[in-house]
Amino acid sequence: MNALYALFAVVALMLLAFLGVSTADLNVLFGAIVPYAAVSVFLIGVSYRVLKWATVPVPFRITTVCGQEKSLPWIKSSPLESPHNGVYAALRMALEVLAFRSLFRNTRISLAPDEKSIGGKRIVYSSNFFLWLGALAFHYCFLIILLRHFRFFTEPVVFFVPLLQDLDGFFQVGVPGVYMTGLIFVAAVGYLLLRRFSNPQVRYISLAADYFPLFLLLGIAGSGILMRYFFKVDVVKVKELMMGLIGFHPVVPDGIGSLFYIHLFLVCVLVAYFPFSKLVHMAGIFLSPTRNMANDNRAHRHINPWNYPVDVHTYEDWEEEFKDKLIAAGLPLDKG
Amino acid sequence: MSSEELDIKPEELLDFDYDPPQKDWMDPSVAFRKGTYCYSAAPKNLEYLGLPNPRDWQPHDKDWKLPPDWKETILDGMKDRLSKFRSFQLFMDICVRCGACADKCHFFIGSGDPKNMPVLRAELMRSVYRNDFTAAGKILGKLAGGRELTEEVLKEWFYYFYQCTECRRCSVFCPYGIDTAEITMMARELLNLVGCNINWALEPVANCQRTGNHLGIQPHTFKDSLEFFQDEIEDITGIKVNLPINKKGADVLFVVPSGDYFADPGTFTLMGYLMLFHEIGLDYTWSTYASEGGNFGLFNSHELIKRLNAKIYLEAKRLGVKWILGGECGHMWRVVNQYMDTMNGPADFLEEPVSPITGTKFENAKSTKMVHICEFTADLMQHNKLKLDPSRNDSLRVTFHDSCNPSRAMGILEEPRYVLRNVCKHFYEMPENTIREQTYCCAGGAGLGTDENMEMRMRGGLPRGNAVRHVQMKHDVNRLACICAIDRATLIPLVDYWAPGVEVTGVHELVGNALVMKGEKERELSMRGDPLNEMEDDEDV
Repeated sequence: MNALYALFAVVALMLLAFLGVSTADLNVLFGAIVPYAAVSVFLIGVSYRVLKWATVPVPFRITTVCGQEKSLPWIKSSPLESPHNGVYAALRMALEVLAFRSLFRNTRISLAPDEKSIGGKRIVYSSNFFLWLGALAFHYCFLIILLRHFRFFTEPVVFFVPLLQDLDGFFQVGVPGVYMTGLIFVAAVGYLLLRRFSNPQVRYISLAADYFPLFLLLGIAGSGILMRYFFKVDVVKVKELMMGLIGFHPVVPDGIGSLFYIHLFLVCVLVAYFPFSKLVHMAGIFLSPTRNMANDNRAHRHINPWNYPVDVHTYEDWEEEFKDKLIAAGLPLDKG
Repeated sequence: MSSEELDIKPEELLDFDYDPPQKDWMDPSVAFRKGTYCYSAAPKNLEYLGLPNPRDWQPHDKDWKLPPDWKETILDGMKDRLSKFRSFQLFMDICVRCGACADKCHFFIGSGDPKNMPVLRAELMRSVYRNDFTAAGKILGKLAGGRELTEEVLKEWFYYFYQCTECRRCSVFCPYGIDTAEITMMARELLNLVGCNINWALEPVANCQRTGNHLGIQPHTFKDSLEFFQDEIEDITGIKVNLPINKKGADVLFVVPSGDYFADPGTFTLMGYLMLFHEIGLDYTWSTYASEGGNFGLFNSHELIKRLNAKIYLEAKRLGVKWILGGECGHMWRVVNQYMDTMNGPADFLEEPVSPITGTKFENAKSTKMVHICEFTADLMQHNKLKLDPSRNDSLRVTFHDSCNPSRAMGILEEPRYVLRNVCKHFYEMPENTIREQTYCCAGGAGLGTDENMEMRMRGGLPRGNAVRHVQMKHDVNRLACICAIDRATLIPLVDYWAPGVEVTGVHELVGNALVMKGEKERELSMRGDPLNEMEDDEDV
């Protein structure tokens, strides 16, 4: 049901853009106003979120330790799993952000019959790289596709674009050459979506907000692929539009084709939706206290800005309360 | 009730699957089924600690006698904590529900109840957060995953947040490091605001506040207990070990969890400490005021952590020691390593810890000034300061259970293994998915180790029990070593249920067995009073 809501929402958004451009002639709205609005919402929204997180204090150093601490000099420590200083904490974070270290650990359990185990079953662990692989493929392809799009945003085209285009189109299949990232992207998002449907636990916990970005991404990728390979749009005019937007002199050329506006509108929705959704995990991960702090609690005192005095049963009161018993046991008293 | 008295057989307990029910998870209704929840905290304990809403009630009652403004109290409490703990605010916002954590929780693995998946446990609170603290939730409500805080939801929180042992295993697997323990701690603080607490977690706090330890042992009884162990040691070794209590000017204050001087098998570990310190001539002292290393405050609220923990530094200062040594305990070390210095430091009246025997500087503890006994003992062994006869443990085939907090909140993985390898010859690891940072909880931590919760404990104990059973079958393991006092209490029914024949032991109990003391008589008995090297025969009885 949640998936259907999300699918309807994305289809409705596509129709909105299509009808807006093809029947109501709202090219300026979809080609200029909406993109500006979306980027503004993104910038303000993400800044607000990050500032909000950053202004909340971190009262305790609660590193999740995943390896041997640095202790005695002859004991080998695991600085990337249990960083003992800021440099290693940064490296640990880099590993998390760039390689999805924690997800790489993922396993799957099942209960299998086993006559030697009490109760006749035992837990079997199997490796489960697919979530890691799917997530990694999705994120990296997304990044490369985004960077490739800089051919529309820069004049002269920034140096890395031809480089990426060459690499991405390495196999030189078809005309125009097929980009691998586009295909892998769709496959990866498709996998993440299928996983939500097919894994009973994941399906059980999935909200509309989990399906919506996936459908949205498929819509964006789908419209992009259609434009590139099947229903060509006027790329020169697209670039004219984008350069106008970037230079704050928006021009909306005629005859780009409504497919482009659908694509652009879905991108705008994604961008504007970003700060209000789980997609902010991209920014949030850097602030995660269990991952971005060193495990050096006993070597360096961490300060809690709102530390406050509490009611403690002091030694003096305690001695007073148990005086007779202390005397009877022959234990020394402070107040003779 | 022991696990043997649990009237559900393992086969019946395992008769479930992991398929979620038809019922939408947003439906909060919970059946408080006997054996799966803990009883309420007695009003006297709340009154002693000055906590809100003391009253007679039980979770299975229809009327929880909540204060009239309970909902406002909880929502205000949430707002307050969202502005004080970045962890809480962030973990409410960034979960993508990828499900990597889902099958990492021992309670989910042993029950199949989807609300025991860490992601869904957190969603129980996140749904209320979305409903009341986010724009999308306020406008779209249920469609945005929002849920109104009702009395039913509060009861559901109580059931599931007292069905999480704050072990942090899920946090290891989360790509954003979301730590369910943080969320559970917040939930329990909020529940405490309206008087919904459990006795097993709160009575120890009241006891500790008053007497200095969780078990409410008063100073004269404390001394009697230690003297009893002194006598036991004399029977076994012929040596009367020294027993300094409340000694001013000692080098080191030694703090242990009270379970170690209260009940077997912790007592055997404590005897190991006494022998070790006597043998190396350590100038140290026990304290009757700071007679607890553990801290059940951790299972209720940050404020209660601080109230109990304060005594350790206060006592170190009063006695004028140089530094502090801590015994084998799990959650105690979470508090010492991650909270103590911040809450009650700086300990600038102490010196940076240096072993008086080896001269080793414990640089990793230079601010908190508290050293773990396994660090201390491993250092002694590495410097060949101890004469050891590991063959005295030859009848023992040992495996090691990493306790949640020493592993995931501290990273003390190698020291206890080093000590074990020095004191016994037969040491076998459990499968790698079940040890070190991936270790499983005993399912009785965080105040849940009470007998009325036995069914849930055995369910949550399944993955640990399975792993123990595996090495029992493969290597004839008969001892499960650990460095946690809660483990030493809760693993016993667990192994009786899932791996019968295995006994639970502290690491320093085995040190005590192997330690060759100057002038000792020929050792015939183990710390347990069993004839050395004939213990194996007893195991089969």
